[in-house]
This record gives sequence, C-alpha cells and structure tokens, in this order.
Amino acid sequence: MSVIEVERLTREFAVGRRGLGRRRVVRAVDEITFTVHAGESIGYIGANGAGKSTTIKMLTGILTATSGTVRTCGRDPIQHRREVARRVGVVFGQRSQLWWDLPLAESLTILAAIHRLPARHSTARRNELVDRLGLSAFLGRPVRQLSLGERMRGELAAALLHEPELLVLDEPTVGLDVLSKERLRVFLREENQGARGQGRTMLLTTHDMDDVERLCDRLLVVDHGRLVYDGDQAGLVHRVGAHRVLVVDLAEPVPTLEPAVADLGGVTALDSESDGLRHRFAVVPGRVGAAEVLARVGQVAQVRDLSIVEPDIEDVVRRLYERSSPS
Amino acid sequence: MAERHRDDVRPGPLEPYRAIFASRVRSQLAYRTSFVFDLLNSVSFGLLEYLEIYLIFHNVAILGGLDRAESLLVFALARSAFTLADLIAGPLDGIPQHVRAGTVDVLLLRPLPVLAQFVLGDVNLRRLGRLALYAVVMAWALGEVPIAWTPAKVALVPVTLIGGAAIFAAVFVVAGAGQFRLLDGGEFANGFTYGGGYVASFSGQVLPAPVRAFFTAVVPATFTGYLPTLVLLDRDGPAGLPAWLGWFTLPVGVIALAVALLLWRDGLRHYQGGGG
Repeated sequence: MSVIEVERLTREFAVGRRGLGRRRVVRAVDEITFTVHAGESIGYIGANGAGKSTTIKMLTGILTATSGTVRTCGRDPIQHRREVARRVGVVFGQRSQLWWDLPLAESLTILAAIHRLPARHSTARRNELVDRLGLSAFLGRPVRQLSLGERMRGELAAALLHEPELLVLDEPTVGLDVLSKERLRVFLREENQGARGQGRTMLLTTHDMDDVERLCDRLLVVDHGRLVYDGDQAGLVHRVGAHRVLVVDLAEPVPTLEPAVADLGGVTALDSESDGLRHRFAVVPGRVGAAEVLARVGQVAQVRDLSIVEPDIEDVVRRLYERSSPS
Repeated sequence: MAERHRDDVRPGPLEPYRAIFASRVRSQLAYRTSFVFDLLNSVSFGLLEYLEIYLIFHNVAILGGLDRAESLLVFALARSAFTLADLIAGPLDGIPQHVRAGTVDVLLLRPLPVLAQFVLGDVNLRRLGRLALYAVVMAWALGEVPIAWTPAKVALVPVTLIGGAAIFAAVFVVAGAGQFRLLDGGEFANGFTYGGGYVASFSGQVLPAPVRAFFTAVVPATFTGYLPTLVLLDRDGPAGLPAWLGWFTLPVGVIALAVALLLWRDGLRHYQGGGG
C-alpha cells in the first residue's frame, strides 16, 4: 500500500516586487515523481533551498501544488486537509506545535481532545510516549522553559499521540547535542521498525549524514527542485564516488606521504598540516579500507592518532548534481 | 462497567473546541492579580469612552437628533456588540504576526478549521470587564429613554446585540482574510474594524451622507446601535436611511458573516497558494 504518491509535482513561486511587472517565477519543486510505501523510512535530502520544505508543505496540505498531483494516505491533502491531518504526524524542527505558555502535559491533553481520542486509548498511548521519550521529569513545565532537546521530545510525543500512519520530520535533530540526537534516533528507529510489529512510515529531511545512515532505508535527493537520486545510501555513495577523509597524526613530521599510498587504488593524499605532522587522505568507501591506508603509512612513519570524517551530505549532493547536469 | 464504556467512546465533535477554550481560560486565570488588573484596565478604557459622550453632552443637549440618554443607548448597544465580537474574533488582528511566525502552518496541520482555531486560541477574557460596564450603561439608558414597549421591541434588544456582534465579527473576519493578502495592511484593516466600531457608537445623523451610506451598506455599522434605537424610539431616520432597517440587524449580521466566511476561505486559499 502506498502512503505517499507524488506525480510530476511542481511548485512555482513568484518572486520580486509586486506591481512592478518584474516578477520572476521560480520553480521550487520541478516535476517530482515518487511513491512511498507503508513502513518505509525515507530520507529526503538536498541543500538549503532545494525544495525539501516546499514538498513537505504540499504533502501535508499547507501549500497547494502549481501542477501535478499529491496523494497523502490516499487523499488530496488540500481538499481533505482535516482527514489527512488525522492520519499524519508532523514535526518541524524550527517551529513548535506545542502551546508555549502551557505545561507540556496540557499540550498533550489538548491534542488528544483535538484528535478526539477515546480517553482510555489516549491515556495508554500517552503513558507509552512519556515512558519511551523520558518526558516525566518535565511534563509539568511550561514549554517555553524546556531545553531544545526536551522540547523536541515533546514535539515528537505531540506528533505521535494520535498514532499517525505517516510521520513527517523536518530537520528533527538540528541544533541538538550528541546525546539528544542519539536518543531521538533510537526512538525513531523503534517507531519505524515497530516494536509491536507495525512499522510507521517515516519521511525526514536532514543535513545530518548520521541521521541518514541510522534512520533511512531509502534516500530521495533533490537539487534545484528536481529529484536527482532515488535509492539506498550505498548506491548513492557509489554513484557519486563520495569519499571519507582519513586524518592521520604522526609522531614525527614527514613532508609527504604521497609515495606511500601511490599504488593503492581509491586513496589520494590530500594535503598536510603542521609541517607534516598531520596528513589527510581521501578514501573511497568500498574500494579501500582505512586499515590498509594506515598500514602503508605505518611503514614510513609512526602513527600517533587517527580520525575519519564521513562524506558530508552537502558534498554528496553537490557531486550528484555536477554529474547529473549536462556539461 | 458504564465508566469503562465511556472511556472507549470517541469524544464528540465539540470536544476539541471545549479543550482549547478551557486551556485559554485557565492560562488567563493562572495569574489572578494580573487578570484582575487587566479587567480593571479594560473597564477604565470603557469609562474613557463613556467620558467622551459625557463631555459632548455637557456642551450640547442634542447630537444628531438624539439626547444624552438616547445617545447612550446607541453607544451601549453598539459597543456591547463590538466588544462581544472583539472577545471572540479580536485575535484575527494578529494574522500578519502569525503568518510571519509560521504558526498558520501549524494550525493547518491540525484536523480543525483554521478560523475556529484562531478564534478560540486567543480568547480575551479581559473584555468581559468592559462588557459589564456597557451592560450597566444600557440598563440605565433603557430606563431613561421614553420607549413605548411592545413584545417585538423587547425581543429586538437581545436580537440586535447578537446581530450586531455578528456584524462586527464579520468585519474582523474580512479584515483578517484581507491580511493574508496584504501582510502590511494591518493599519488599513484596523480602520474598518475599530473605525467601524467607533462610528457605530454615535448617532448616524452626524455622519455626512456618503459616509453614512458606506457604514450602512458596506460596513453595516449603523445596524448595530443607531437604527435599532430609532425603532425603539419610534423615530424617523435621516434622508436615505429609513428607521425600519433597524429591525433587520440579525439578518444583516447573518449575511455579513456568510460573506465574511467566503472571503476567509479565499484568503486562506491564497495563503496555501503561497502568496504569504
């Protein structure tokens, strides 16, 4: 069963001053087509301004499409906005759905009433969310006094109270500390994989590669409003040749390590810092392992420390765009 | 057994509104002292308005064909209707701020009409203070003016209040809908809402004919106080404004609200169209 069906979805905005006849039409979303099936976990990624938020707004009935069709839970989200709202939960990282001046507990009570949940059902669901998200310590505090991490957990409870079929998350981990991010990811993974056998369909936008790796089975990459990739993460990295960066700190300075790795495929010495104490290598995942590179370096110098920088999502997307656009 | 049964039933369609309204009431009553001061503040604002009428009639005996008590009846009817509307639909004033802050998006994500959420989400109980003051003024004025009471006239007073509140609520809704299109049109919109409310609290006869026509046919403000007062007093209206129109405040209010809701729908569609 498909939860989201989007066909040749297009959204244009007129920008520029009104009434001066100089309005320019910008395509924020350009003929995007995809289908999301029940239980899938989708990473909707792209650079800032690529059209991610615009797509989400069209999926949830906030914005109308200029052309093309959207079906969310089988319904047109503009014409059946209220029904779609009952079946979809949305979390915007940047804007709160909670009542600022009320305790978190009361926001949850109001939302249960808004969704007209039967008392017994909503109490059970609420207790479960309070428990799993660890909300009990700050349930009685006004939302405006919560830390960002606490608030995001509250937002998730608010979006999931009515047990939506589809959970849409716009930048859910932005601004969170490492621990809060981790906690959120564990929770979201559980929601998607379904501890009780029923996986919730999830669509999230993010700039965080860790989010993608931990949470998303399938990636949709948009660039300048167009869908440029639809597939899993390994396929994406393979297709664009995105690399990890290996940073090696040495005990004694060495001017260059280029010859040491010259005959290894899939690795390039990028540069060195601190007069040769720190060297950086670009490594293509799947073609060569970090251990092999390390072994080669170890033959010419003593390694003191090592770190690996994963491919940056913006970088992957940029490469993808460079490859897909005709030159 | 019965208890458990009730817990399994889906709450009725009004439950969401009751919950939102109750939470607003609780949050406004949370700080008792502050609320009492807000109430007093609201009453003193009403007193200032009253003072204006008092000062006018300190200098003249008759204004626009009405003496002091008659003018106070117009004032009390129109201001009560306006304040009732403001209590409910006043929050629509804040639409530009809500659009800028993105809260309209949040309202669209809930399974309730956006207008109802706006209206209930910001109910302003302070207005009750002023409403109480107008009730006192109205009771006094009704006792002072010479009215030949008939059952129809008795019924006209509450019906006029409801119709008048509907008229002003419609003006608030139209102004709100317009602000989806003109985000910087707040001051312009206030001209219709608060301006209409101000004009309505005086005798329609003092207005120049075109202005009077505007505040009868376009913004039907004269229906909220002046025209029904003419009916109650068995007086004739000024040229072009027959007094019998004063019987029709409620139907005019219903029509105004219906038109306003259509315009609201259009404004919201415009927002969803991305013009905001």
